[in-house]
Amino acid sequence: MQRIGVFVCWCGSNIAGTVDVKAVAEALKNEPGVVHSANYQYMCSQAGQELIKDAIKEHKLTGIVVCSCSPRMHEGTFRKTAEAAGLNPYMVEIANIREQCSWIHKDIAEGTEKAIVLGRTAIAKVNLNAPLMAGESPVTKRALVIGGGIAGIQTALDIADAGFEVDIVETKPTIGGKMAQLDKTFPTLDCAACILTPKMVDVAQHEKIKIYSYSEVVDVRGFVGNFEVTIKKRARFVKEDICTGCGLCTEKCPQKKVPNEFNLGMDNRRAIYIPFAQAVPKVATIDPNYCTMLKTGKCGVCAKVCTANAIDYTQKDEFIDQKYGAIVAATGFNPISMEKFDEFAYSQSKDVITSLEFERLMNAAGPTAGKLVRPSDGKHPQKIVFVQCVGSRCAACAEKGKEYCSKICCMYTAKHAMLTRDKYPDTDVTVFYIDVRTPGKNFDEFYRRAAEEYGVHYIKGMVGKISPEGDKLMVRASDLLANKQINMEADLVVLAAAIEPDKSARPLATMLTASMDTNDFFTEAHPKLRPVESPTAGVFLSGCCQGPKDIPETVSQAGAAAAKVIGLLAKDKLKGNPCVAHSDEMMCNGCSSCEKVCPYGAITYEDKEFRGPNRTTLIRRIAKVNEAICQGCGCCTVACPSGAMDLKGFASKQIMAEVDAICK
Amino acid sequence: MQKINREVLINKANELLSNGTINRVFGWEKGDFSYDVTPTIYFTADQMNKKFIFDDFCGANFSKYLVAETKKDQNKVGVFLKPCDTYSFNQLLTEHRFDKEKVYAIGVPCDGMVDEKKIKAFFGEGISSITSEGDEIIVDTLYDGVKKVKKADVLQERCQNCKSKKHVYYDELIGEDGEVLDSNRFDEVEKLEKMTADERFAFWQNELSKCIRCNACRDVCPACTCEKCVFNNPNSGVENKSPANEFEEKMFHIIRAFHVAGRCTDCGECSRVCPQGIPLHLLNRKFIKDINSFYGNYQAGEQEGSRAPLTNYTKEDLEPSEAVNKGDN
Repeated sequence: MQRIGVFVCWCGSNIAGTVDVKAVAEALKNEPGVVHSANYQYMCSQAGQELIKDAIKEHKLTGIVVCSCSPRMHEGTFRKTAEAAGLNPYMVEIANIREQCSWIHKDIAEGTEKAIVLGRTAIAKVNLNAPLMAGESPVTKRALVIGGGIAGIQTALDIADAGFEVDIVETKPTIGGKMAQLDKTFPTLDCAACILTPKMVDVAQHEKIKIYSYSEVVDVRGFVGNFEVTIKKRARFVKEDICTGCGLCTEKCPQKKVPNEFNLGMDNRRAIYIPFAQAVPKVATIDPNYCTMLKTGKCGVCAKVCTANAIDYTQKDEFIDQKYGAIVAATGFNPISMEKFDEFAYSQSKDVITSLEFERLMNAAGPTAGKLVRPSDGKHPQKIVFVQCVGSRCAACAEKGKEYCSKICCMYTAKHAMLTRDKYPDTDVTVFYIDVRTPGKNFDEFYRRAAEEYGVHYIKGMVGKISPEGDKLMVRASDLLANKQINMEADLVVLAAAIEPDKSARPLATMLTASMDTNDFFTEAHPKLRPVESPTAGVFLSGCCQGPKDIPETVSQAGAAAAKVIGLLAKDKLKGNPCVAHSDEMMCNGCSSCEKVCPYGAITYEDKEFRGPNRTTLIRRIAKVNEAICQGCGCCTVACPSGAMDLKGFASKQIMAEVDAICK
Repeated sequence: MQKINREVLINKANELLSNGTINRVFGWEKGDFSYDVTPTIYFTADQMNKKFIFDDFCGANFSKYLVAETKKDQNKVGVFLKPCDTYSFNQLLTEHRFDKEKVYAIGVPCDGMVDEKKIKAFFGEGISSITSEGDEIIVDTLYDGVKKVKKADVLQERCQNCKSKKHVYYDELIGEDGEVLDSNRFDEVEKLEKMTADERFAFWQNELSKCIRCNACRDVCPACTCEKCVFNNPNSGVENKSPANEFEEKMFHIIRAFHVAGRCTDCGECSRVCPQGIPLHLLNRKFIKDINSFYGNYQAGEQEGSRAPLTNYTKEDLEPSEAVNKGDN
């Protein structure tokens, strides 16, 4: 028989306001197993904890029930309190009488009655609790960062600077991500490449960092501290360690008509290419979709001109298995496709472009060497219209766009408008907006400068239709403040396309068993208190894969994710969760139902010898749970037909006792 | 076509026994009454010649017996399987309940088994013998002399609504294989679904109140092969042998139906053996119908190693958040 102590917390007036805590403590005194019952203003305070410790010793308690806030808040606190008083921490149960009771009741009588039921339920469970011991597992002191944009770069640098090995896996031939494509950065207008490329060089030179470029993660196994990852290194047909990046091959390659993805298809590159001058690693890559040699076996110009003999047409995809202690997702974003927004004539006119394309047009290393001209005829545009929220904040048309605000568009549009007016003061610039949202240090000042000092016309209202008329674009919009329709001619229209998570994020989340929201952004463990951790232990989030962000925010989050990784890798051993599944081998049928529902692959089978009748030996197939992999989700316990599978700390019997206590 | 009768099966068994393929074979044995057929195991052709029977009352499904029998020694055991029995056989293989290398499965054809309860209901007391001739059943009664009835009228419910004449597993087939049939087996479930909740409760209240907790349904069920049944496990809290109150006998059948959900092949053995004539198969069939309508058609046992919709996790499964918001998609 257990000797149970009940501790009812007032939580100031949070609980005591709508629950008669003294009556609860009094009523629970009579429950089976209860030998002590007390109430106190703040159980989580030092004094409250002392009260619990003293009671454990004085009444020789074998289990305690704390009626307080959600276990997510203070379960850990009270487990440590119990442990300090010599009690097994898993002999502690929390009855949540705050979030699930006092906060939702107005009537004291009702609140008190429910608090008593919740307390009784926890007592019924603790009566069946058994002490549990957490197992330990070692930590592989190496981190994996998936994605080599500014988020991944910063995370990797911070982890590596703390002395841990880091690998970056990047799908593109170079790291750098979207930031490498940008022209200037708000709100200070320094050149993106000037501030990014030193960091890229730092990554390349860092002895603790290894870059797997042109690679992807294809499989993740294991668990926090002990992930096993398979990385597919795609064949680039150039020996990475030999290529000097001289670029001779990229000049001589006869296949000149390959759309250049780095410039968003606004100019062409060769079949063998280096994405941009400061690429890291600075190594050429052959595009197998366009290379004549790979397609027909006839050409070989690049191999002939390569003085380093780095070209290898026979290169195959390579699979690398590596162990990691922590994984950071930094898969970034993409602008959404403009396919569904044909009212803006994106597919009909070359002079309707997205903001990212505009960045390339303004960039000195871009297709026009930084000259702002119309893509259709190369003339300088006299009138430019910027359309904001294209696909963002699309609550009414979720099928078409995104419900969320893409967060960065207001600022980069102000930047584009300002830069245009600065370089070409004769250009007339109009911005159509729903709201201008500029929270952030020096952000609003920046926007006001664009509107007030640079004379950018800001019109509140959405553009309804854009139609090409001759070599002009006719923009039909509404001005909500003046309450009138506007018909305006423009030479160039720039659409601030919404941003969405990279398509690789969802399959990655599946591999990591990390959760995602409906927009395919990774979900954080707690939106306020654990913003850079995924709910899956050992998986961390950096940058836009968690939600839209600008560069300063991305860099802060990247650093925060790195700090979490460092905290994890600094440990030699990790304490596991002892609340894991366990199979009773005498009852197990070996039917494989549990294995088929296990999301973590924690269950395997073995043939074990048992004593049969008449001194015979029976061999039976039985399930084995790998306690280090098991997350204690409990799927197996409900799938098991014989009831052999049970969850430690949440046994079916305990749950049934709780249900019985509620229904009593 | 050769007529598949008792002699053909005995000859086949004799051949397998004498060439050492198997050392014993499951077969049906004549009981005290002609309709009282029991499963047994034969070691020699002699034993078979004396007692083996293959007629309209050989309903028993041997699949489940293999779980215990294959563990007894290293030799192969022979077994006669009707088409519907092979579904149970496959399902047990899927659940790793026995090693198929230790079994030699002989597929035998089946044109439906007769329900002696229906014959008794038809002719009343004093049945002295039942024989079949073509599609007619000839019944000799003490009081009214010889009577005839069409076999189709006294078939077991599961045979009237036969789901398949196709063997989904065999090492050797005797006779020709049939086809998977378009069965009307869900008609009765639909009738129950059309009832109001009160009517349905009254229906099951009436049916299940007949239960004497003899456990025959569980003991014969090929899906009930747990090492230790929850109803025999004092720790489970539901182990009582006899119903302590009127609700408990209902819980027994409902818990059992949940335990076999997604694994039940609808072999109908539960209803066949129920001494009280409770249509237990309807509970299971309701599950099958629901699984089919929620997750697409799924026939347990049709394919060895198939993953049942209720116990299957794939990485492509919807996230809980999607299932809540976009489950309709």
